[in-house]
Parts: sequence; C-alpha cells; structure tokens
Amino acid sequence: MTALLRAERVSKAFGGVQALSDCTVEVARGSITGLIGPNGSGKTTLFNIITGYERVDAGDVYAGDRKITNAPPERAFALGIGRTFQLTRIFPRLTVMENMLVAAQHRGVRRWHNPLARAGGQADRRRATELLEFTGIAGHAKALADTLSYGQRKLLELAYVLVADPEVVLLDEPAGGVNPSLIQHISARIGALNASGTTFLIVEHNMDFVMGLCDRVTVLDYGTVVASGPPEIIRNDPRVLDAYLGTTEEDDDAPDP
Amino acid sequence: MHPTRDQAPGGPPAGASHDPALVIEGLVCGYGGGDVLHDVSLSVPAGAITCVVGPNGAGKSTLLATISGLLRPKRGTIKLHGESLAGKSPRQILDMGLVHVQQNHSLFRDMTVRENVELGGYILRDHALLLRRRGYVEEMFPQVAQWAGQKAGSLSGGQQRLVEFARCLMLDPSLVLLDEPSMGLSPKVLRTVFDAARLMNAQGKTILLVEQNARAGLRLSAHGIVLENGRVRLTGSGREILEHPEIGALYLGGAVTRASGPAPGDGGGAPGAAH
Repeated sequence: MTALLRAERVSKAFGGVQALSDCTVEVARGSITGLIGPNGSGKTTLFNIITGYERVDAGDVYAGDRKITNAPPERAFALGIGRTFQLTRIFPRLTVMENMLVAAQHRGVRRWHNPLARAGGQADRRRATELLEFTGIAGHAKALADTLSYGQRKLLELAYVLVADPEVVLLDEPAGGVNPSLIQHISARIGALNASGTTFLIVEHNMDFVMGLCDRVTVLDYGTVVASGPPEIIRNDPRVLDAYLGTTEEDDDAPDP
Repeated sequence: MHPTRDQAPGGPPAGASHDPALVIEGLVCGYGGGDVLHDVSLSVPAGAITCVVGPNGAGKSTLLATISGLLRPKRGTIKLHGESLAGKSPRQILDMGLVHVQQNHSLFRDMTVRENVELGGYILRDHALLLRRRGYVEEMFPQVAQWAGQKAGSLSGGQQRLVEFARCLMLDPSLVLLDEPSMGLSPKVLRTVFDAARLMNAQGKTILLVEQNARAGLRLSAHGIVLENGRVRLTGSGREILEHPEIGALYLGGAVTRASGPAPGDGGGAPGAAH
C-alpha cells in the first residue's frame, strides 16, 4: 500500500548545520505515527519540509502518489495536510472563536461534505464550539487569543487544526506544556479521530503519550532515521535508549530521590 | 478539603523552624481583562524546592510574573525574606536576590553563550565580581563553559535551558523562579535539567518552579502547591500531593501510586483527609 505521506531521502542544511541528511520517513494511511528524537535531531525541520515552510536541498515529498516537494504551505493544506507548531502561531488580536472560524473556512476544500455551508455558518460554529469544549477552553471563546496562557494557546492550535478536518494531521509536541489529565483526554480524542479515518504524524517527548498512542514510531538522530518500528520494539532498542531515552527510563513507580 | 500547612517529612517543614524565603498574602492580579489570581496566599520555604502545579490557565505563570515584578498586583503583599516587594521594579527585585527564568526561550540567539551568561550579571557594576561569578557559574555548569564561544541559537533546546540556568545564577540569587523547565525537552535531557535544578538547590538556592510535567516536578520537590482557577487549592509535601487521590485524578493524569496503602496523613492534619 502506498504511504499517505512519504519524505524520501530528504536533506536540508542551515548554514553549516545539517538538519536532515538522506532522511526517509513514511506515514501509512490510517496510522498514528510517532516521530521522536533528541532536541535538534531534525523533527521540526521535517515537518516544515512536508508542509512547505522550508524547501529541500535534496529528496522528495509525496502525498500518496502525488509529488508535492516544495509545494507552498497553502497547497499542502489544501491537499489535506494540517499541522500545529511547537511555538504556537495563532492570531493574537482575534478572539478564540474567530481563530477557529478562520481555520474552518478551509474545511471542505478537499472533502465534499457540507458543500453549501458558508464559513462562519452555524455548522462551523457548532463544530468549533465542540472542539473548544474538548480542549477545555470553550469558556474563553470570546476572549482575544492574546489573553490565553501558553498552554491554552497550544490547545487552541490543536482545536484550530482539527476544525479544518484534514486527512493527515502533523502535531508538533501536542502534550508540551499541557496538563497531564488533559493530555490523556487529548490522546483519547486523537485515537477516536484516527478510528474514523484521520491519519496522524506526531512529534512528542512525552513517552507515555507516544508509546500508548502510536502504531509505529520513527526515531531521528542527527537528521537521519536510526530506528523505525512498533513502540514496544523501539522503547527497548539500544540505539534509541542511548540517543534519546537515556539508560533508565524515568517511570512513575521509580522511588523518590 | 482545606489547604493545609505542610507537616510531612521529606523536606524542611513550611514555616516551622526557619523563616520562609517568600510569603504571599491575599494576592490579586490580572492583565486588565479580569483577575487571574484571586486572593492567593502561600509561603515558599527557604532552602527547598517548591513546585506549583495546576491546569492550563490556572495562573501559574502569572504568579511567577507577579513575584518577579513583571506584573503589578492589584492587592496583596509579597515579602522576600521579610522585606516587602511592593512598588519595587523588576530590577530592584533582581537586586534583592530573586531571579526568574521564563517559559519561552529567552537567550539572545545571535550572541555567544558566554555573552549570554555575562548578560545575566548586567546589573553588577563591579567587573571583577562579574568575572568571579562567571567563573563560579562555569565551574558549576562545565558544559556551559565548553559552549562559551558558540552562538546560543545553535544549541538545542535542552542546552539552551542549561545556559538560562547558568545565566540566572550570575546574580547569586537566593530565590530562583523556574517556569516549566522541562517543556520541549527529550526524556534524557529532561533529567539533566532537573539534575541542574537539584544542583542549584544543593548550592543553597531556594527554588520555586512551575511544572506541567507535574509528577516529575513534584518528585523533585520537597513542597507542592496546587493552583486552580487562580486560587490555592492545596499545599503539602511534594509526595502528599503526588499521592493525593483527587489531585492525582484531576491534574496528574490519574492516580500515581498503586498498591501503596492509604495516603499518608489520612488520620493526621495532612491533605488527603477529604476522601
């Protein structure tokens, strides 16, 4: 089966730093794929290349059979590839609800449901409200996005990308700075969306989250893939332990220091 | 349930034998569109690590910003070692030995690591003292000394965190505020950063940190404070809060300890008696 998303032998350097070198990552249709690796290993650069925020030095990106190398961000989005950012990018001077409606405008570009629905219409608002409730920030719908705390901005961005209903969603550290109980809630929601057909590629440092949710995990180190496989294999892979997890995983039942 | 004073083992008892580093009473603060903190009272024991946990938007970062003088409280008092911070500028507060490491990446990316560290001492007028402090800081964080000539922007997220820690020590503070030190860090690096916080504490620094990685933060800390909707919901030892069934379910992502019997303090004055 063709991968829904495939970065093939991609290389990218910034000045003297080789962010990605000959890196091949595949996201199978219907999967939740995790992308992990040390800080600075190239995870966000790969996201930027897939979604058109950076151009490749070499290599190609495919959405299904279609080559989309260096397609601009709006084209990637129109093709059904949605993403969030590690450091959030929201419209600070719009309200939380307005932010949601901006994203909802692009809904249906790719899919055919609701062809007659206008942006900002009842259906969009209902869906936006429901997603804000899910992320726990519905109480702030009328507030300027500017007034949200850092963690709440991340939650808005998650709701914002989901309202556009992309076919594949790239999430950059969705659990970073988010309360642990809410993380479980988010994890469950991603699982449910996945069951209804949405594919995910997730960068995250929270290992409970990654290992609990993903069908497959790809590990980057120094811009190249060092391991790829099911979570239970990856978490015991010596190369991964060495580069990323450290020798002893800090688990919940560890004795207090 | 009532917020309770810490009476548990596992760290210097709050407000008992020696005076707390920081005492906050009746703090009300916001950004103009309404209050974020409502009548917050708490104390931070000297010489220990205290961790503030709570849901997103509870007011944790606002609390730190108010303490360091970046925000002016509407009402309430903040005392550092008995001295009121009312009306003091952030710079005067720095001078009093209180530093704040913020949540976002705060290094000057195009300056070298050493330049960044030296900027941490920009209010020092005595150049010899600045150099001595730099020597002390680089001795404490040898990696930071190794990176001295590199541009800060070329370091990874975890490395930048360590430089931020080193920089904040240039003023030899008595109290360090850390806003989500673990955010965005890989599991391996996270341990390095928490070890650095422990090291600072071992050097006598009082630490007040905000952590969304609540279990790791509380494990690191002798004391914990749960903030909820701008109010203090609970205080106790780090362990008591970790093991508190209700707090565990609400904010820590499920109960933490399994099969360890009843939470300590169920019969005493410690939190947890509500169940």
